[in-house]
Amino acid sequence: MTEPSVTHPYTPQQELPDHPVPVMQTRSLNVFYGGFHAVHDVDLAFGHHEITALIGPSGCGKSTVLRCLNRMNDLVPSARVEGEVLYHDQDVYAPSVDPIEVRRHIGMVFQKANPFPKSIYDNVAYGPRVTGMKVDSMDDHVERCLRGAALWDEVKDKLKESGYSLSGGQQQRLCIARAIATEPDVILMDEPCSALDPIATAAIEDLMLQLREQYTIVIVTHNMQQAARVSDRTAFFTARPDETTGNRTGLLVEFDKTSTIFENPSDQRTEDYISGRFG
Amino acid sequence: MTTTARAPSARVDNPLPTVSLSKSSPRHGEKVVVGWLFLCAAFSVLVTVGIVLSLIPPTIEFFNRVAPADFFSTDFWAPTNSGNPGFGVLRLIVGTLNVTLWALLIAIPAGLGAAIYLSEYAGRTSRKILKPVLEVLEGVPTVAYGFFALTFVTPILREIWPTFLPGRLGEPPGIFSAASAGLVMGVMIIPTVASISQDAMSAVPSGLRQAAYGLGSTRMQVATRVVVPAAMSGIVASFVLGVSRAIGETMIVLLAAGAAANLTMWPNDSVLTMTTFIARTSTGDIGTGTTTYYTIFAVGSVLFVMTFLMNMVSIALVRRFRETYE
Ligand SMILES: Nc1ncnc2c1ncn2[C@@H]1O[C@H](COP(=O)(O)OP(=O)(O)OP(=O)(O)O)[C@@H](O)[C@H]1O
Ligand SMILES: [Mg+2]
Repeated sequence: MTEPSVTHPYTPQQELPDHPVPVMQTRSLNVFYGGFHAVHDVDLAFGHHEITALIGPSGCGKSTVLRCLNRMNDLVPSARVEGEVLYHDQDVYAPSVDPIEVRRHIGMVFQKANPFPKSIYDNVAYGPRVTGMKVDSMDDHVERCLRGAALWDEVKDKLKESGYSLSGGQQQRLCIARAIATEPDVILMDEPCSALDPIATAAIEDLMLQLREQYTIVIVTHNMQQAARVSDRTAFFTARPDETTGNRTGLLVEFDKTSTIFENPSDQRTEDYISGRFG
Repeated sequence: MTTTARAPSARVDNPLPTVSLSKSSPRHGEKVVVGWLFLCAAFSVLVTVGIVLSLIPPTIEFFNRVAPADFFSTDFWAPTNSGNPGFGVLRLIVGTLNVTLWALLIAIPAGLGAAIYLSEYAGRTSRKILKPVLEVLEGVPTVAYGFFALTFVTPILREIWPTFLPGRLGEPPGIFSAASAGLVMGVMIIPTVASISQDAMSAVPSGLRQAAYGLGSTRMQVATRVVVPAAMSGIVASFVLGVSRAIGETMIVLLAAGAAANLTMWPNDSVLTMTTFIARTSTGDIGTGTTTYYTIFAVGSVLFVMTFLMNMVSIALVRRFRETYE
């Protein structure tokens, strides 16, 4: 393995601004699972057409934070969220907000590829159908999304076959095609490459860089090189045991441009983690 | 010596230590257990074969006395009429289908609805209360349902029947009717459909639900477009079991559907089902060896073949429509 690449591999058309122009923001986000305080006071901003990576040791609450962004934590009965999650300056946890509507704008790709037991075509068409999206031709739309996910050439002759007939990496790209089919604004990805081989991983990383042209992406990853390769900004989390209860509560240590986090972190804990001395 | 020259000879001089991959002990205990398991599985097959074998000889004897054409294609049912007997089984088949139809019209929507609610909507407490209640309903003896149909549902039906409906449908049912028996039979089958469907739906991996929610599906869309299709084989199995119970159910129709072999699909008519005929006739005082006696077996065979065909069709349907997620 090579050292994490410290230069951004992708030349942005414009210089990355010092502060993100946020599409989404969290303000003093706290998450509890029952009595367990899982995440403490997270303030993050996810920039328009940027890839933000969430990194940190296992159990520090990366997935928890990610799931708050499109209210997937609503599906965990014991979860309770405090603070604000803003999407275009609107709190997605406001009582008037419909979580279903939130998820139509903020799509998600999961760690384990989870295609529906339907045909490849129907997997991609599912979202537009349930959301009642107007498309001129579903066939064209499905093709566009599969091309967008760099999968078209591999599946164009077997669109009627089950999504499960694909390899793991192809299934994950199918899930990405399915996620972009509803034309979301933001795509959340929770360790999307953790079960994939290096070639499939490279394909999905390439894809993320292309998708950045149109979408805002948030990715959780345990792969430092991946964070360095694809992301514009990186948030480093860690877990701190509570002095009295011993609960390991996750907190945000540092959030900055990826190049700064990897070359010149300001917190010792970040430097230790990046250089492999911790976690 | 070069490495390439030495490598093959080293392999010859130093063969890998042999490791036996065969069984280290004969494992007799396991054989006994496997044998026992096989016997358990074979037992149900044997019973089925036994039933078929016991049906065949009397059925053949029946067809020696009555022409198959008289049995299958006449429309006259009077097997005990000594002067001019009639064996047109069509009337019994239609009677059975009549009651079954109304039962399924109740049981399938209500059972599937209950299953979707229990699996996708119910909170922990409501599930804790509803599931056991459903299971208790499943255990109520069918004679109790039959009595309920006759003494409770029938009078109400006669009272509230929509007599403003035109023609035949507007006539209120009599003491015995397919509607009353079918309605109560439907209620009896709801728990079967609901609990088997719910088990199948609960077994759908939560990753599929999350994927659907992540695409902005509503709960209803998750349930109807992802969970139900993925659980389809279990759901169809519950329908099949429901239909089999309806076709084979005896006590309710015996008490509430009557004994008049009317050729009708109207719910407000009295009908004679195959099971009612078998139960009434075999508990009456007919002599062994009479044609009426053999009629019981012939009708039993029809019942058996119908259930069997239905199972075959549903297996084919499941193969065709299910979405496998493994
Ligand atoms: N559904 C849940 N119910 C209760 N506790 C949970 C639940 N999900 C997560 N937690 C707890 O919250 C904490 C943070 O979990 P989370 O899954 O967010 O960690 P993570 O940073 O994504 O870890 P990993 O890198 O291993 O995926 C952990 O201590 C975990 O035990
Ligand atoms: Mg995680």
